[in-house]
Amino acid sequence: MSAFSAIGDEREIDRDEFTPGIEPQATWCPGCGDFGVLKALKQAMPMVGRNPDEVALFTGIGCSGKLNSYFNSYGFHTIHGRSLPVARAAKLANPELEVIAAGGDGDGYGIGGNHLIHTARENHDMTYIVFNNEIFGLTKGQTSPTSPKGHKSKTQPHGSAKSPIRPLSQSLNAGATYIARTAAVNPNQAKEIIAEAIEHDGFAHIDFLTQCPTWNKDAKHYVPYTDIQQSDEYDHNVSDRQEAAEMMFQTENKLYEGEVLTGRYYVDDQSPSYGEEKRATGEMPEEPLAERYFDEDAEWERTYDELLHHHK
Amino acid sequence: MTDNELIWRIAGGSGDGIDSTSQNFAKALMRSGLHVFTHRHYPSRIRGGHTYVEVRAKDEPVQSRGDGYNFLLALGDSFARNPQEEAYYGKEELKPLYENFDELREGGVLLYDEGLLDDADVDEVGLEEAAEENGWEVVPMDLRGIAKEHGREIMRNTAGIGATAAILDIETDEFEKLIEQNMSGDMQDANLAVLEDAYEAASELDVDHDIEVPENTHDEEQVILSGSNAISYGALDEGCRFISGYPMTPWTDVFTIMSQHLPNFGGISEQVEDEIAAAALALGASHAGVKAMSGSSGGGFALMSEPLGLAEMTETPVVLVEAMRAGPSTGMPTKPEQADLEHVLYTSQGDSARVVFAPANIRECYTQTRSAFRIAYEYQIPAIVVYDQKIQGELRNLPASHFDEEPNADPGSVLTEEEIEEAAHHSSGKFKRFLHDPEDGSNVSPRSIPGQKNGRFLATGNEHNEEGHISEDPANRIAQMNRRLEKLDDIRADLDENAAHQTYYGPEEADYGILVWGSQQDTAFEAVDRLNEAGHSVKALGVSDMMPYPVKEVSEFLESVDKALVVEMNATAQFRGLTQKEIGKYGDKMSSLLKYNGNPFEPAEIVDGFESSINGEDLAATNMKYLPAAGD
Repeated sequence: MSAFSAIGDEREIDRDEFTPGIEPQATWCPGCGDFGVLKALKQAMPMVGRNPDEVALFTGIGCSGKLNSYFNSYGFHTIHGRSLPVARAAKLANPELEVIAAGGDGDGYGIGGNHLIHTARENHDMTYIVFNNEIFGLTKGQTSPTSPKGHKSKTQPHGSAKSPIRPLSQSLNAGATYIARTAAVNPNQAKEIIAEAIEHDGFAHIDFLTQCPTWNKDAKHYVPYTDIQQSDEYDHNVSDRQEAAEMMFQTENKLYEGEVLTGRYYVDDQSPSYGEEKRATGEMPEEPLAERYFDEDAEWERTYDELLHHHK
Repeated sequence: MTDNELIWRIAGGSGDGIDSTSQNFAKALMRSGLHVFTHRHYPSRIRGGHTYVEVRAKDEPVQSRGDGYNFLLALGDSFARNPQEEAYYGKEELKPLYENFDELREGGVLLYDEGLLDDADVDEVGLEEAAEENGWEVVPMDLRGIAKEHGREIMRNTAGIGATAAILDIETDEFEKLIEQNMSGDMQDANLAVLEDAYEAASELDVDHDIEVPENTHDEEQVILSGSNAISYGALDEGCRFISGYPMTPWTDVFTIMSQHLPNFGGISEQVEDEIAAAALALGASHAGVKAMSGSSGGGFALMSEPLGLAEMTETPVVLVEAMRAGPSTGMPTKPEQADLEHVLYTSQGDSARVVFAPANIRECYTQTRSAFRIAYEYQIPAIVVYDQKIQGELRNLPASHFDEEPNADPGSVLTEEEIEEAAHHSSGKFKRFLHDPEDGSNVSPRSIPGQKNGRFLATGNEHNEEGHISEDPANRIAQMNRRLEKLDDIRADLDENAAHQTYYGPEEADYGILVWGSQQDTAFEAVDRLNEAGHSVKALGVSDMMPYPVKEVSEFLESVDKALVVEMNATAQFRGLTQKEIGKYGDKMSSLLKYNGNPFEPAEIVDGFESSINGEDLAATNMKYLPAAGD
């Protein structure tokens, strides 16, 4: 029997299970888009059939990093920009866990940008939600990697001279196999995209537009929004890399022109995940490594028997 | 004078096969019954650049490099960029010859490859005068010619072994066996032919020398391996099945060895984007229930500072290894130094709560890496094994039985699901992972692993309450800080009872003490023998536990001597500083002998340094620095 009996427990899941019995007072401001992520994530869990004890939610630092304070699962609130490397190792150690990582745009596209590139490249089977509010919120409104060119703040008093990062395009180039953008103002789409991302076998990146009414835009700036899958105006094939790239490019431009486009941009169901690749090369055990430590009958190799003859 | 030990130095260019040839030479001598020890010196280059390895062989266990050497096999640098010209750094092709003049003992043998090194050039670097002055026996041989006759030029090194064997009257059986084991087909045939031809050619020369290669037989089966091997094997035997890393000299060795063996041991190795990620991955794997490690050298370890602090705060067990090289910054990548002690002890914000061990030799690399894993997982704390480029690459023989130990994969203080069911939970449903007052009076709170039923908790780098939620409540803060820090007292008591990491050497009673740590320990011990033979009264203590510091043991040692010399390979006496900080006295008893020129101490240097220090003589003309005791 597994030492981790929560895993694969096939019972009916209620989204309320993901609300802590006593909820800590949220540190988010009234009207914050982060509430939308929390709610959509809770709603997605029954859809994917995972229970709180088999979900591990890794977060970075910032308002978004508090997500696992209000979400009832195993949680690891890591350090600024580093949720991805911590999370992906947990997935390698125990592939049966449902691993989700989350952080803000500064966390994921700024300080942790290198980890995003490499985690996407390796196509780890996990979901990454980036709370994109186009600002540094918790440190009181400084310009972030997704702030528009010309953005004025206390750290860019004359307006930012930098073009914003292109999160969707960058993720596509890096190798992510599921890329979507959703928004806190569109909860129905958000929960569906999160559920799809979780069920996707590979690295799923969701750029989640979360309004910051205190330091940046309030919710009405993200309304109206267009779901590109629902709109007659747009019709791209999500499994076609070039069409996806073109759609992303337009979407990233239009956000700064006041038009909010959301939806699925790229879905590659064919590429194997990193775990599958690594098992195929023989560099990862077939059974979850973590299980072995709790198996009383497990036999452990000894260097004296296996390796010492090289030195005789 | 007759030397009853062989110190054979093979010198060539990087890429000339110096490393592998010296390894085979050492292994063959070990198999023939001798005790061996190697010392490596190499540049931070792939092709070209003077590199040498010394193999010291005796009929009793060898614990250090020697003083100089008595046989030079100078191959010349076949990868030199400007072989005939005076380049920026000197004549590169000839460096493996003339840069070795300084330390070749009087009456030593100097064998060089005249197939590569032109006689006129050799004249120019002053070989003749130097040989005359020092009474060297110079043997020019066309090793390149012999190699090319049967195979490729690279086999010059095999020719060098054959010629060495003939000159020293060593049987070639063991060399032949190694060639047969390591090679096959044409390669094997060619190397065997080169070995034999060179042996024959050298036998016909009349070489007059006083080196007597001793003879010995081993009582029990021996193995020869490096510190990097021993650290890796200690980790594997303690159930480590996950490593993450980024290449950096000299840590790469451990990373490579682990990566080669982990798949066969059912584990996982990850080469990642940087060292921040490397340490973070090890934490993630450990959080999910696997015994994990990472590591780096100075600059890479600096990047691990923040994940290291996260491990302390979240009480996530992990083992990090730090292979020191000469700093600051990029420093001298392939040269040893012990200047990262303060770095590993204190890096990362806040009060540090970590364990640091500094093994002194290959034997200790194995046992103390095992200790590091046991302590890390039992006490939920990061443990660091700090060593240096010297231990990393030096080979030494020891009885195979040292490794005949049972594996231990126990994940430490982790609860089963049944125990979690019984354990304390908060009314929110979360498990009290960070209990203020764990049962049995220990400071180690119970741990659950993701996937276990009802074990949910939050791990966070913020200060947190019992179930892991962020809390800035002053009473909670004090309780959590105290519990985390007091684990170090528990660990000290555990180590005092279960591990003998400190090593005593020399007579029980002595006037003077030598205090030493890490890789310089065994060299200092050889110096202690010589000092006592010369009529001094000296004993030594080698310290491995850097944190928690063995205050009682070191205090008793310092109390028992009139004066102590602290020997370490850095410029600012970091270990002496630590000792004073931890003990709070004896500042007037401890003086320092320091060396930081990129080469480890030789025993004779410690002898000289000791004598100069007690005679109040100046060390300015040496490679060392003396730092007097407080008040002197």
